[in-house]
Amino acid sequence: MARIFSHPLAVPALIAAIVLACGFGLGSNFYLRVATLVWISALAAIGLNLLMGFAGQVSLGHAGFFGIGAYATAVAPNVFGISPLLALVLGLVAAAVIALLVGRPILKLKGHYLAVATLGFGILVAMVLSNESGLTGGPDGMTVARPVLFGVKIKGVDNWYWISGAVLVLGAWLALNLVNSPTGRALRALHDSEVAARVAGIDVARYKVIAFIVSAVYTALAGGMLALFNGFITPDVAGFMHSIEFVVMVVLGGMGSIFGSVVGAAILIALPQALSAFQEYEHLALGFILMVFMIFLRKGIVPSLVALIARGAK
Amino acid sequence: MAEFLQFAFSGLTVGAVYALVALGFTLIYNASDVVNFAQGEFVMIGGMATVAIASAGVPLPVAAVAAIVVAIAVGLLLHRLAIEPARGADAVTLIIITIGASIFLRSAASFVFDKQFHTLPPFTGDTPIIFGGAAILPQSLWVLGGGMVIVVCLWVFLSKTLLGKAILATAANRLAAKLVGINTSYVVGLSFAVSAAIGALAGILVTPITLTRYDVGTLLALKGFAAAMVGGMGSPIGAIVGGLLIGLLEAFGAGYISSDYKDAIAFLAILAVLFFMPTGLFGRASVERV
Amino acid sequence: MTALQVSEIGIDFGGVKAVDSVSFTIEEGQIFSIIGPNGAGKTTLFNLISGVYLPKVGRVALFDEDVTGLAPNRLVARGLSRTFQNLQIFFRMTVAENVMVGRHLREARGVVPHLLSLPSVVRQNRESRREALRLLERIGLVGRADDLAANLPYGALKRLEIARALATEPKVLLLDEPAAGCNPRETEEIEHQIKEIADSGVTVVLVEHDMKLVMRISDRIHVLDYGRTLAEGEAEAIRTNPEVIKAYLGTHGAEEAARARG
Repeated sequence: MARIFSHPLAVPALIAAIVLACGFGLGSNFYLRVATLVWISALAAIGLNLLMGFAGQVSLGHAGFFGIGAYATAVAPNVFGISPLLALVLGLVAAAVIALLVGRPILKLKGHYLAVATLGFGILVAMVLSNESGLTGGPDGMTVARPVLFGVKIKGVDNWYWISGAVLVLGAWLALNLVNSPTGRALRALHDSEVAARVAGIDVARYKVIAFIVSAVYTALAGGMLALFNGFITPDVAGFMHSIEFVVMVVLGGMGSIFGSVVGAAILIALPQALSAFQEYEHLALGFILMVFMIFLRKGIVPSLVALIARGAK
Repeated sequence: MAEFLQFAFSGLTVGAVYALVALGFTLIYNASDVVNFAQGEFVMIGGMATVAIASAGVPLPVAAVAAIVVAIAVGLLLHRLAIEPARGADAVTLIIITIGASIFLRSAASFVFDKQFHTLPPFTGDTPIIFGGAAILPQSLWVLGGGMVIVVCLWVFLSKTLLGKAILATAANRLAAKLVGINTSYVVGLSFAVSAAIGALAGILVTPITLTRYDVGTLLALKGFAAAMVGGMGSPIGAIVGGLLIGLLEAFGAGYISSDYKDAIAFLAILAVLFFMPTGLFGRASVERV
Repeated sequence: MTALQVSEIGIDFGGVKAVDSVSFTIEEGQIFSIIGPNGAGKTTLFNLISGVYLPKVGRVALFDEDVTGLAPNRLVARGLSRTFQNLQIFFRMTVAENVMVGRHLREARGVVPHLLSLPSVVRQNRESRREALRLLERIGLVGRADDLAANLPYGALKRLEIARALATEPKVLLLDEPAAGCNPRETEEIEHQIKEIADSGVTVVLVEHDMKLVMRISDRIHVLDYGRTLAEGEAEAIRTNPEVIKAYLGTHGAEEAARARG
């Protein structure tokens, strides 16, 4: 059973199957909307997982890149007069460049120093987005122009459910390819032992930055998609709590498990919606989940389940 | 000149709070290598609990003491329920646990108390004292004076009492401390309790000036951490100097440059320290043996 | 051809001179052993040669080129690799993947092709795996190629590290206590492997405590004590050197040994 899952196409195929099933199975627009948000967040979570779960680094400010992607998509059409889709691409480039510039010095740090530095980065981004109201509309946010393709405005759940689902499947496929490639092995190696990785010829600093850039682009893409989907964006998408939510998705689902990131995103987004009575207690639950999982179930849901099944099979 | 003094005093006042938060960080960090992100919540509990208990008719001084007790209880629970079980985990896991705790406590506070701003009456009235053209709040002096008293008491506790010395021993070398019979788990718990008390006191002292709310903890923790980093992680003197420095930088930055980005100063300070001077002003560089 | 030359190398940690003015020359194809009592600075010396530590003084030359202070990954490109005394295995990867990491410098490193899993990358992965399996076969671990490294016993992990180091196609291989914690049978296997590696043309530098192993296979032995060179020479000369005996056994022990041989 576990063998099937080690095939590189297994997880993307599984995700595709789930996207299809939900797309045709979920009746109301409300649920499709929630699912769209899950696909978008899962993409960001996969990006963060590449950095945290595989490369073993930590980022408590990754929502900063989400915000960069989202606001580039929102602001660039106004400032440069380009189409929203081109603005999205611009946002990805901006995220990559910022990740390169910030990543080099920041990733020299380790442990809680790295954690707090990334935290500071995320908060600074959120602050800039909130303060530069001339450009960004300030704390109240701004509207985002919808992209137009072949004369058709791309808006609404009907379009964005499938777009975000397809992008998620693609993102998962790319991520798994990366994990099983020389770059992926380099990242996983430096996670387990930096000195041994160096001695095997790996330029550890370079690969940490590569992981940072790739994860930043994933997260920025998710941000851009959310902006285009909602037609509106506020600075708290770059905020501290959003960064923590992404961390919870990764930790909950399982660090080092791509499918786990989808599960984590689903739980974190769909559950509060389903249990609307508990929406009030969302943050309380978030804090609680974070503590419980980091103390007792550090492996996360999916790897723990897989291990359980594997043991049962023996 | 008057303006300068004004900024200096408000900077020192808020800096004193940062210093006390940083001191709490340092105490726990030294005893256990844990960076306690929930440190800011102790300050919040100090202020909010005092307000809540006082509003039930309890006289203010008693309410304040009760609030400190509550904070200490929370600190001990945090240690017992969240930190102890994860003993031996790596630094990042521990800091994420304390972040989880901070979020949990903050949310709990919004239910136990409410989401409004609250204040406490200033201890000796609110008539500003004019000094060199600057108007200084009497409460500012309480904060600065109170802060100094706390630091002195802490110093006496750590260097003159047996319990305090046990904390210092555990901080210096946990294994050696265990080997001479010190119950290190108890000592770490104690450091949480003392940190909570310091934080709560700081909260009570500063609430008359800055007000309090269920969510003031997060930003305070971050700035307190910035202060501890600037001063040198693990150095109590560094924590105090770092805190005052960040407070002053904020006040002067907000006053002379831009008040929009006042909060950014602490974060820029963190990044600057981490890149250019990772050991901070008073920290010791550690040599890692491979 | 001189494979490795160390000149007056030294480093101190907070005032303690861990390595002080050590010099030696190793010819290509030799098995050169560094021995000394615990704390003599052997692993520190390895760390200095392999770029893990930056020397305070002195120079390191690899095939007559100055490589002092080069980062470990740059040294690998020049043909220097090493294993670790305290096992730096990639526990979360499989046995085969551990060795494949050693192929890193021989693999194409473009990130975009990796993301897209282009046919060239698929071919690359297959080739690296093939090479890894070949090396695992050589050290006798091929049967466990797809097991998680964390599940292997200690002795097997020591051999895995050697395979990983060999995957980098080194010309000079530093082995840090490869037989540590191994039982006599495992030690014999390690000895066999080291000889085989040396026979294939690789210069082997060995840090080892197992004296019998050292005496049997070394071409030359360098003795360290308190970070300083105590003696250097061939096996027999070192074994009977009174200074060396004194360093290991202490003055009293040296007298006893002399009396025992007397």
